[in-house]
Amino acid sequence: MSQARWFPPVLAVALAVALSFLTLPIVAIFVDTGPAELVSSLDDPTAIDALTLSLWTSTVALVIIVVVGTPAAYLLATRRFRARNLLITLIELPLVLPPAVAGIGLLAALGPNGLFGQALDDAGIRVVLTTLSVILALTFVAAPFYLRQAEAAFSALDRSWLDASRTLGAGEATTFVRVAIPAALPGLIAGLALAWGRALGEFGATLMFAGSFRGVTQTVPLAIYERFATDFTAALGLSAVLVAVSAAILMTVKLATHASPARVLTR
Amino acid sequence: MIASHRRLALLAVLLATLMGLSVSACGSDEESSAATREKPELVVSAAASLKTALTRYADRFESATVRLSFAGSDELAAQVRQGIKPDVFAAANTKLPDQLFKEGLVEKPVSFATNELVLAVPADRPKVTSLDDLTGNDVTIAVGAEGVPVGDYTLKVLDGLPQAQSKAILANVRSREPDVGGIVGKLTQGAVEAGFVYRSDVEGAGGKLKAIELPDELKPTVEYGVAIVKGARNPAGAQTFIDGLLDGAGAKALADNGFGAPGTG
Repeated sequence: MSQARWFPPVLAVALAVALSFLTLPIVAIFVDTGPAELVSSLDDPTAIDALTLSLWTSTVALVIIVVVGTPAAYLLATRRFRARNLLITLIELPLVLPPAVAGIGLLAALGPNGLFGQALDDAGIRVVLTTLSVILALTFVAAPFYLRQAEAAFSALDRSWLDASRTLGAGEATTFVRVAIPAALPGLIAGLALAWGRALGEFGATLMFAGSFRGVTQTVPLAIYERFATDFTAALGLSAVLVAVSAAILMTVKLATHASPARVLTR
Repeated sequence: MIASHRRLALLAVLLATLMGLSVSACGSDEESSAATREKPELVVSAAASLKTALTRYADRFESATVRLSFAGSDELAAQVRQGIKPDVFAAANTKLPDQLFKEGLVEKPVSFATNELVLAVPADRPKVTSLDDLTGNDVTIAVGAEGVPVGDYTLKVLDGLPQAQSKAILANVRSREPDVGGIVGKLTQGAVEAGFVYRSDVEGAGGKLKAIELPDELKPTVEYGVAIVKGARNPAGAQTFIDGLLDGAGAKALADNGFGAPGTG
């Protein structure tokens, strides 16, 4: 078994390569940004506006995604019907779409010259270049991350729990709220974090569909891009802030998901 | 077993289709790529507004295979400062190449074309028909971000207007785009009713846009500067490329796309 001897080092080398490649840019951002620059980048009112806008638009997008996505994912996970696989594929499609395609698609659907442009205009609703368009763009690109994870979490539940709940007289709705959601919670939170991270990082679809205007549509990634040309140091500072916020979200989730489904259930 | 065979067959058909598609897509390029195989490469970073003109010039450029990269001039200048070295840097102003020259990053720049800042509106039923309409309620405008040449020229124009008017116009601005392509896109998609772009952009929009000329006293001088980047891999090719911009196929492509000759702005 000569195979056994060389295989583990190969695995270790692969991991080392992956790790250094993936962490290098992030390390560089922090090495290039002194703590003073990090603080001064936050002193800039346009940076604060961008951060505030990013945080609240992504939060609204996430609320929409969770409220609509959780029951939708539950349906997909607990029912077996003909078009199920097709539906799941359609929902997952935005995951593999380039953001520019998402931006063009949103314009083609909801832009003034788009499919529903006239109808929206008649209703007096202006979507493009407003904060609403930022929320729509974020929701579009981030939702599949949550839906996919939530569907997997619900699918992994022990069906006998759900059946037991029903045999004990709980309705379908009660079972969903009191049994399924708590038991699937770690998976749901993991999906939430991925979706949030994606929403915070959204760039292309936002630029095309929502434009870039301070305080209205200029999210942090757009502000970073604008600074890249005029002030690289400030762009680095703002990037470091975004890395920190995203890392904080990921950490929170990792901690939250340490609670096993069973423990969540008995709580 | 049968199911997995069928799946494999389906996968094979899909792959074959994809390959067929990509081969047929490349087919037209095959002859030219065989001819250009021994040609050196020339990398050109250029302002977004030069896209149509330089793409046409590059197709006819004979002594090198030209690779073009378009973005806001300020983004491209920032890339050069970060050590990304194209052979040629062509900007929508002379300020950025001059700055890079002073920083020792490019050779001495020359101006090679002029353009004209105009107010662009959709050709079809425009809501805005003059500069004065820009202050109206419900008028939405896209401009270039500060630091991007088209944005700086626009600010200069607005500075020449009475303060109340320029303030009212700025209040109607809905997006500050990182390059002129973004403004054109917002206009052609009907996302805004008006935008400040170059005349060449209006001519390149295939009849979708109409240009409203600005009053002579407000018109900024829009002069394009080009320079060989220091450390260029193909400096000789870069020089030939720039020579052609000043007099030759490049100059013709520029003129065909609505640019003026240098020194006429």
